[in-house]
Amino acid sequence: MSKFQKKKKEMPAVNTASLPDIVFMLLFFFMVTTVMRETDLKIQKPSLPKADQVKKLEKKSLVSYIYVGKSKDDTPGDKIQLNDKISNVNEVPNFIFIERRKHSEDEIPLLTTSIKADMKANVGTISDIKQELREVNALKINYSTLKGSAFDNIK
Amino acid sequence: MARRGTPEINAGSMADIAFLLLIFFLVTTTMDVDTGISRKLPEKQDPNIVPPVLKEKNVFEVNVNRNDEILVEGDTYMKVDELRAAAIKFIDNGGGTAESLQKDKLTPCTWCGGDKDIASSDHPKKAIISLQSDRGTSYAMYISVQNELVGAYTDLRDKYANKKYGKDFKDLSRAEQKIIKTDIYPQIISEAEPTK
Repeated sequence: MSKFQKKKKEMPAVNTASLPDIVFMLLFFFMVTTVMRETDLKIQKPSLPKADQVKKLEKKSLVSYIYVGKSKDDTPGDKIQLNDKISNVNEVPNFIFIERRKHSEDEIPLLTTSIKADMKANVGTISDIKQELREVNALKINYSTLKGSAFDNIK
Repeated sequence: MARRGTPEINAGSMADIAFLLLIFFLVTTTMDVDTGISRKLPEKQDPNIVPPVLKEKNVFEVNVNRNDEILVEGDTYMKVDELRAAAIKFIDNGGGTAESLQKDKLTPCTWCGGDKDIASSDHPKKAIISLQSDRGTSYAMYISVQNELVGAYTDLRDKYANKKYGKDFKDLSRAEQKIIKTDIYPQIISEAEPTK
């Protein structure tokens, strides 16, 4: 009996030499997956509607975002944010042209415009944006939604 | 020779540094993938082009007014959850006969499981869903309606893919998907400009 007790007392310390390796592995994982938010929201964070017929946006570099929602001080009417500032609808073409200049010629037809609009926004605002997009031939659009049942939107 | 004397660098704090970086990236990382309903806008049209005349029975008209109420075919009031079934019934009708489809170089729809009603659409390739909304319609309602209409096509394509290939549409090869997308159930949703 005394022999066993002696063994217990001398339990060896856990070897922590591989700890840095594990941590590094995690570190690299997060470094690779991380995406820094490039724009600050100047409007209230839009609460996106839900839908189930969704597609993933594959290449993030080919996507430009248009935000639609209420302004932070709750003034009535929908505000449109392009890049870092609240803009007017007629600035949309210019925004698309600037986005296009960042890409090569053959990538331009693949560029997608993602519309991140609040559930309470009006279709009129969205339709104005779409009209402007049509003017400049930016035809691929994506209505940003969360995954879920579409029937939850209208409760 | 002199190297032998250089003391080894203490790597004990390496873990701490790595932890620090790890925590930084853990905090800043955002995992969410952007998802959404993809649509393609119609090209800008020459104002001189006269729009083709469509038979009324080949058009499924969906109106959404500013109170978020849906009117289908100009006479039926509907809830969003009934819309998908109604759209499927319309697209999958396939009521056209061989003679009536001849001038469009189509043959009667053999894969359609619909009622073959003469008063509804002739062929999935001719069936057009027309969506008209109001400027005051809420975006949430608009997305729900879009979702249901796209969903109707998804359901039909899945049904066809399962019958023919024994797989869901999304699991098919690109070539097979293309056949269904262009010849079997092409997605024709036209959006009219919203009413003021």
